[in-house]
Amino acid sequence: MKALVWHGKEDIRCDTVTDPEIQDPRDAIIKVTSCAICGSDLHLFHNYIPGMLPGDIMGHETMGEVVEVGSGVDGKLKKGDRIVVPFTIICGECDQCKRGNFSVCETTNRKRHLAEKVFGHSCAGLFGYTHLTGGYPGGQAEYLRVPFADATHIKVPAGIPDEQLLFLSDIFPTGWQAAVQCDIEPTDTVAIWGCGPVGQMAIRSAILLGANQVIAIDCLPERLSMAEAGGATTINFESESVLERLKELTDGRGPEKCIDCVGMESHVMASLPDTLLDRAKQMMMVESDRPHVLREMIYVCRPGGIISVPGVYSGFSDMLPMGAFMNKGLTMRTGQTHVNRWTDDLLRRIEEGEIDPSFVITHTVPLSQGPEMYQVFRDKRDSCVKVVLRP
Amino acid sequence: MFHFSNIVRTKGDPKIVAGGPSLKRPEDQLARALGWFSIGLGVVEFFAPRRVTETLGMEGHETLVRAFGVREIMAGIMSLSVDKNAGLWARVGGDGLDAAALLSGLTADNPKKGNIALALLMVGGIAMLDYRAAQDTKPRRPPRDARRKLYPNRSGFPKGIESARTAAKQIAAHAAGRT
Repeated sequence: MKALVWHGKEDIRCDTVTDPEIQDPRDAIIKVTSCAICGSDLHLFHNYIPGMLPGDIMGHETMGEVVEVGSGVDGKLKKGDRIVVPFTIICGECDQCKRGNFSVCETTNRKRHLAEKVFGHSCAGLFGYTHLTGGYPGGQAEYLRVPFADATHIKVPAGIPDEQLLFLSDIFPTGWQAAVQCDIEPTDTVAIWGCGPVGQMAIRSAILLGANQVIAIDCLPERLSMAEAGGATTINFESESVLERLKELTDGRGPEKCIDCVGMESHVMASLPDTLLDRAKQMMMVESDRPHVLREMIYVCRPGGIISVPGVYSGFSDMLPMGAFMNKGLTMRTGQTHVNRWTDDLLRRIEEGEIDPSFVITHTVPLSQGPEMYQVFRDKRDSCVKVVLRP
Repeated sequence: MFHFSNIVRTKGDPKIVAGGPSLKRPEDQLARALGWFSIGLGVVEFFAPRRVTETLGMEGHETLVRAFGVREIMAGIMSLSVDKNAGLWARVGGDGLDAAALLSGLTADNPKKGNIALALLMVGGIAMLDYRAAQDTKPRRPPRDARRKLYPNRSGFPKGIESARTAAKQIAAHAAGRT
């Protein structure tokens, strides 16, 4: 089969690889009908997250049709079922899964010893996302083996196009969880840094959860226009001061809730010296993340407020203003997304026409063009916001 | 490379049978080679500055050579990073500094001036490669003033934003009524 394979920094190729096989009775194989490139795939493209090996298949936003099931799937899936594959692989049986903390499933990371060394504890296995999270082959391919398939799936009905359902795999529940973690109240202003795909979903989620005002921060006109279309007031950080504008828009109080949809690769600008220093340190491999957004959020968030971090951080962040964080009594909530905790509700909202996540797609191309689209997405060429690949 | 990583791959996981074309261009390979060259040269300059100054007849400048070594290592690491273009331009600037330092030692009474002339020739050649690689690896991001597509009609709410806001308000009011 064809698959997008990581060969090294900035080197992804569309290779021919052997077809996946059932390895465990709880496995299923799906024929991929749609998959997407996620912003966090770019961290792997840049080799900022340790644990990738040449030959690893990329991708964790995938959906398709079940073509083979193991004997232990136990009737929960059958050939022909249409499923979206959550990016977190879950067993559904461990203590964390029972609590709904699916992204820290205690069973599915088959290389848990690596994660335990790096993070202290293991997290769930993830598709196409380094050997720290199990080294599972990803879904930017023609076929995908779904481990623990009896639990790791979202069954979706026929009649709704792939484009509307695909993002249940990651970015929609990720944006949703980011907003839910904020405990939004009807009087709240929610400020969202980053108007990439997850930022766009977080904006819509904050609106659906009843925020009084949503403010979106980015520098790319196409993303800001999409944010505005979704009901946000926008700030272009290249042409205006984020701190001043946020004060102005909140009568000097600061936003009660802040969401970081940027993560470890924040924008580098000469007018923001900390971003230059972070970049230099990251280049010299003495700091893994560029946490400018975290610093800014801690500084501007209203005392007693909540900071929600769906953006990916990989390792170590320097110079976080912990004094401000502590003295302002802020709360930080973060984590990989507990996808299956949210998908029943989100699927219902899609079915009822409350939201259509396909608004974010700007490019749809065959799988074979995937490698080039990584570059287009990374360089923000052709006003690219979200790429969907068709195997 | 993947032949080695296939060894640690779990049995049954897909393995590469035929590789597709690489995204790497010749200029990327050149940048990589220059990056490693820079690190190698920097290590020599940092750890054996006396050998360098003796070869060039410039004894007494060991501290300068060591500083140049640090600069070379940093430029090398930058050239191997995602921001290779910045690293390559740093190397171009470094080539200028190297040439200036070498020229200062090119005096009539230096018995090793032949070596300096040779070193200058090498710096010139490498500088041309650095400049070429820096030009060819310019980031391909669209310029600031480039025309961009805008998406003002992509709300994501098939029933409209006001409908979404109203539904949220109703849910909040309902929840408040229950408590």
